[in-house]
Amino acid sequence: MSASATVAAPPKGSGAVLVLSVLAAFLAIMAAGLSEDPIFRFQAGLACLAGVISAFFLIGGLAGGTLRDAPDRYADGVIKAGVVATMFWAAVGLLVGVVIASQLAWPRIFYFPEAGWLNFGRLRPVHTSGVIFAFGGNALIATSFWVVQRTCKARLAGGIAPWFVFWGYQLFIVLAATGYLAGATQGREYAEPEWYVDIWLTIVWVVYLLVFLGTIWKRREPHIYVANWFYLAFIVTIALLHLVNNAAVPVGLLNHKSYGVFSGVQDALVQWWYGHNAVGFFLTAGFLGMMYYFVPKRVERPVYSYRLSIVHFWALIFIYIWAGPHHLHYTALPQWAQTLGMTFSIMLWMPSWGGMINGLMTLSGAWDKLRTDPVVRMMVVSIAFYGMSTFEGPVMSIRAVNALSHYTDWTIGHVHSGALGWVGFISFGAVYCMVPWLWKKPAIYSNKLIEWHFWLATTGILLYIAAMWVSGIMEGLMWREYTPQGFLAYSFIETVSAKHVENVIRMVGGAMYLAGALIMIVNLWRTARMPGAVEPAVAAAPALATA
Amino acid sequence: MSERETDAPTGVETTGHEWDGIKELDNPLPRWWLWIWAACVVFAVGYWVAMPAWPGAHGYTRGLLRASDRVAVTDSLKVLDAQRGASARALRTASLEEIERDPKLSAYAQQVGQSVFGDNCATCHGIGGTGGKGYPNLRDDVWLWGGRLEDIQDTITHGVRTGRPGARLSQMPAFGRDEMLPPATIDDLTEYVVKLSGRPADAAAAARAAPVFAEQCASCHGVAGLGDQTIGAPNLTDRDWLYGPGRADIRGQIYAGNGGVMPTWSGRLSPETLKALAVYVHANAGQ
Repeated sequence: MSASATVAAPPKGSGAVLVLSVLAAFLAIMAAGLSEDPIFRFQAGLACLAGVISAFFLIGGLAGGTLRDAPDRYADGVIKAGVVATMFWAAVGLLVGVVIASQLAWPRIFYFPEAGWLNFGRLRPVHTSGVIFAFGGNALIATSFWVVQRTCKARLAGGIAPWFVFWGYQLFIVLAATGYLAGATQGREYAEPEWYVDIWLTIVWVVYLLVFLGTIWKRREPHIYVANWFYLAFIVTIALLHLVNNAAVPVGLLNHKSYGVFSGVQDALVQWWYGHNAVGFFLTAGFLGMMYYFVPKRVERPVYSYRLSIVHFWALIFIYIWAGPHHLHYTALPQWAQTLGMTFSIMLWMPSWGGMINGLMTLSGAWDKLRTDPVVRMMVVSIAFYGMSTFEGPVMSIRAVNALSHYTDWTIGHVHSGALGWVGFISFGAVYCMVPWLWKKPAIYSNKLIEWHFWLATTGILLYIAAMWVSGIMEGLMWREYTPQGFLAYSFIETVSAKHVENVIRMVGGAMYLAGALIMIVNLWRTARMPGAVEPAVAAAPALATA
Repeated sequence: MSERETDAPTGVETTGHEWDGIKELDNPLPRWWLWIWAACVVFAVGYWVAMPAWPGAHGYTRGLLRASDRVAVTDSLKVLDAQRGASARALRTASLEEIERDPKLSAYAQQVGQSVFGDNCATCHGIGGTGGKGYPNLRDDVWLWGGRLEDIQDTITHGVRTGRPGARLSQMPAFGRDEMLPPATIDDLTEYVVKLSGRPADAAAAARAAPVFAEQCASCHGVAGLGDQTIGAPNLTDRDWLYGPGRADIRGQIYAGNGGVMPTWSGRLSPETLKALAVYVHANAGQ
């Protein structure tokens, strides 16, 4: 296959995606016209618009000859788009977080009874889905595309499929978020989108899996690198969790509402089997994949222990899947199931820490980089937060501890030390690495701005989690305080007003984290616009050049 | 694929694998890590032996300690019943006056009332029951629908303006919004009402409004503006204002005729809880 013959051809599957876009737009406009459900009509209208835009660009690209395949190069265009989407959704998700934190701190000034979509209940899933799936998901897809190509020495499989994954995933986010604002929700934690959005995500996710597997299949390396095991575990398990948790029967094919097939305590258990493993396989396994590539790459040191990576990988994915019931301590869930949830969480502690050890010890021989490279510092702090929250999690899963911590702000603080500290920082670190590589610049525009980002965000996280520890333990103690006659000593509203100061500190911490992300966006923007393209050192792969 | 080599800074061998420049050291599993993990597993197995743990074809393993949340809850409820069961049963049969006369029962009723008030009433009336704009203060001696025990019980049981049977209902007309009175007359009426409450007011305006008050307002609020608790008409001569004491507040109320809603609590709270709540509110109000 000679390069000159293939360069002009469009990527495989472009025609098929064009046909499907037109078909989807047609079906969506029909659905919008026939439906009597305003929310469904609105969402179908959005889907139609997406189909039309997709068809428009594909026709333009195919006719104008700008849509060309380059089989001898790494597919980096879709990763660039992924980096932009990652940072865009980071800003959106964090901003909504600061808004709802303000609503908690000052319910009166942020009360808009006429604008239902500004209600805390509608904005909260926009924040959670926004940071987990939009920011985190885009970061995972973009970095997995980078890592799988480099460590397999192979171009992404599937022709135009990676672009389908990227844009399909953005459509999923837009449908989910606009649905929440309009009031469409399944009411399932971290799985709020309704049935038609779930089906769409399933299609996108299966294509993602195929692209990833196809790339590994055609690898030109004898072994599969550990980062790819983690990415693959994340993709496969999320597919499984998504399908089971979202099993539902729609009210009608032209109606947004659906009802889940599970009920009662079984439903609760399915939800938390999903919810906990969304944390385990999306926010832990996926980002461990990211860590296993970008940390050794950035510090230019070998991974600490191959054996540890094997053992902790298999231990992690085997044990994590059992731990969900610890979200349902002292509920209608049978006590034996609570026991299993708790004990597996405790046995999960060391398998989680295997990743921390491998991440931190990879710096041995290069600890001096902590002083000189703020990106390394960010990644190391990220691993430290990972270690902290994977220790805190098993502690909170112990029934006696959970009796105090459950339903309190302590849980919120725990989630955020993992989300802001671990997930956020390792993603920012990876993006700081990838942007100069992708845009072919010698380095990030300003190290000073990275320092500002690091210190603002780190201080913000510490304010956030310290405030949540204080308010969580305080409200937990207030809830369990009884009068001598056996009545509750405090009403719920008293425990809420007692948290006011902590809520304000939480909002300030979140705002600092957001400010850091905005500084990063400016820094990346300036980097991409820096003059003087250089061939980066990472383009060492012999047969494939970077596109 | 590279060969196994020795890493200079650590002196450890690599595995010989290499991906995109990344190599792996062949370090063993850290001993401390392995030992802590083993300890966690031993703890988990021990916990399974002691506590309810694994499901099977015939129920689940009960554990050597025979611990059971269900039994623990039943036992706690028994302790609670021994502690206050007699009072709870007495509350069911005693009348409101009997409850208030019996110091022990009254103290118990107030405990119940305080607890229930905090989680149901405080959201609107405030934690201390002092109310706010649009939400009546329950600690003073000013009552819209009467401050006797039975009145309070009736208001709590049926609610205000809920549209349910037995609910309290009053509706002040929206004289301005519904264009029943011209704006200038509403201004005059405002002065009249300010004067009623014993504050300095524009005498001329108040005089102009006197016939209007007699014609439009006196039927509910009374000729002297003293109100009528049987129909929920507020007393306009005191210094207590549900929607604010200022001229703008009073004018706004004449203009729009606001009226709040209080939920119907019967069906949500048990009859004895409603009794306790009435006693609590009555005992804490200024008489």
